[in-house]
Amino acid sequence: MDHKALSKDFPHNPVILNESKMSRRIKQLKKSGPLYVLLIPSFLLLICFTYLPMYGLVIAFKDYSPVLGILESPWVGFKHFVQYFNSYQFDITIKNTLTISLYSILVGFPLPIALAILCNQLRIGLFKKVFQVTTYLPHFISTMVMCGMILIFLSPSTGLVANILGLVGLNMPNLLSDASLFSSVYVWSDVWQHVGWDSIIYLAALSAINPTYYEAATVDGASKLQKIIHIDLPLLLPTAMILLILRAGSLLNIGFEKVLLLQNQLNLPGSEIISTYVYKIGLQNFQYSLSTAIGLFNTVVNIIILLLVNWLSKKLTKTSLL
Amino acid sequence: MEALIKNRLPKKSRNQKSLQDRLFDASVYGIAIVMILMIVYPLWFIVIASFSDPADVANGNVWFWPEEWNLDGYIELLKQEMIWRSYFNTIIYTVVGTLIALAVNIPAGYALSRRDLFGRKWISFFYIVPMFVGGGLVPTYLVIKNFGLLDTFWVMVLPFAVSCFNIIIARTFFRTSLPETLWEAAQIDGCGTIRFFFTMVLPLSKAVLAVIGLWTAVDIWNSWFNAMIYLSNENLQPLQLVLRRILIANESLLGVASGSLASELRSLSEMMKYAAIVVSTLPIMCLYPFLQKYFNQGVMIGSIKE
Repeated sequence: MDHKALSKDFPHNPVILNESKMSRRIKQLKKSGPLYVLLIPSFLLLICFTYLPMYGLVIAFKDYSPVLGILESPWVGFKHFVQYFNSYQFDITIKNTLTISLYSILVGFPLPIALAILCNQLRIGLFKKVFQVTTYLPHFISTMVMCGMILIFLSPSTGLVANILGLVGLNMPNLLSDASLFSSVYVWSDVWQHVGWDSIIYLAALSAINPTYYEAATVDGASKLQKIIHIDLPLLLPTAMILLILRAGSLLNIGFEKVLLLQNQLNLPGSEIISTYVYKIGLQNFQYSLSTAIGLFNTVVNIIILLLVNWLSKKLTKTSLL
Repeated sequence: MEALIKNRLPKKSRNQKSLQDRLFDASVYGIAIVMILMIVYPLWFIVIASFSDPADVANGNVWFWPEEWNLDGYIELLKQEMIWRSYFNTIIYTVVGTLIALAVNIPAGYALSRRDLFGRKWISFFYIVPMFVGGGLVPTYLVIKNFGLLDTFWVMVLPFAVSCFNIIIARTFFRTSLPETLWEAAQIDGCGTIRFFFTMVLPLSKAVLAVIGLWTAVDIWNSWFNAMIYLSNENLQPLQLVLRRILIANESLLGVASGSLASELRSLSEMMKYAAIVVSTLPIMCLYPFLQKYFNQGVMIGSIKE
């Protein structure tokens, strides 16, 4: 625009008319100057605290020693990766990570859709509002308090759940000391906390559906259930696919904080996941290189899965992220 | 028109349909009410348990209303200097951290939203990569350590202030709600980018400021992991870490005693757990219904795909 305006004012100026690509770029660059100023703070912080640590990933291939520093530490190639793959913790951490993650997706992916459809059916304005405020509320409880509540409620002798079961004469198993039940505790408490919040996005998609579809279905004599199956669900599919891709992309990233807080010696065989293992190896046992290697392995697998699911979804539903 | 259509349908099938739909409605409202109860009751229980006698709570005598009303848990909890200090720390971290995050993320979002930003593609790439790849725990720890940020106030508010996700949200907001003609008009009037950003963009983007500010504030309020690995000084600890000692590690802040005093202390510690949950969660729970509008808006802005 600038360029055009100038050449209109000076139609015979050969410099402006024959402006080379290079000088045009320089001019654009100059014009963007103030925008770069706005980017500087975030740019510097990202360089220091995100990209610099990414460079630090090379210690996964070295025997890092704090005395020698990153550059001087001896290169050992894939030694730490091999060490992890051969350790008995490899099977356990991978298995637990995948179990919890797939369980989460299996339960945590369809339920928000169901909740959104349910909420969309509520016609009494005030009731709908109360329903929404209540179901979103637990999302704001901190992980720490949430885990505290889980420990209190699930206590086998004095907890609320035990007392309720006691009313009907049932005994409460100690859910948190049973390794095989850990994933269930994790997943269902997560559903309680986040299902409402996760449904917001579907609710928005539902409210965007053209009402003429419903009117036409009414004319054809469709029941409410039929409208849900033939209108709501197909129109939610694109949103659902995007969210599924994103979710799959973080398949190996489970809510690490919650797992760490709910872990104890008894449920460890069912609760040790890759990220808690990375934490323990790295910051408790100070095996920096091994820990970094395991973390890097985790990231790489995540990216591969993300690209794979994205590609698959592009083929199958024509919806993709990238 | 609807009446016309209804009349055309055979009467019997119409009644059947409406019966089916009425049953459907009944079950929808039924499920909704059960869900509300399932969420509200545990929260309500925490509140009434915090005012009740711990023995009654443990024996299952507390159901809908406090038994043997008392405030001992709160009194003991608030006697702890540690609670006050960590509460104060959390408030400071939340306020300063949110301000820094806004100051860093909003301008970046605006710059990326401008189509005339030279090298926009590469710069966007630079901001998208961290959403998927990171250095991981140990390399980040080493960098923080080398910067000398361990055990400082700044480690809680500065290094992780950039949120690429929030930058993308801000970018989407600016693109969809700021008309491009506004910037063109400002240019004709001789207004530069920086001045335009402060005098036009910021006043027009209160919604996105509120959304990102609230999200960041809740995140900082609830966070503890960074504090756990980067802070060892007790005077700097945020509230969530003190909660960890009370709720998870089951540590009694009241000290150790023996004999009958020990069981009394134990039950007092139980009460303090409930009181601690209430005290730490109350601010967010009370503010939330009034701010809900903004939180929801944020999800909507975030869901616009480009």
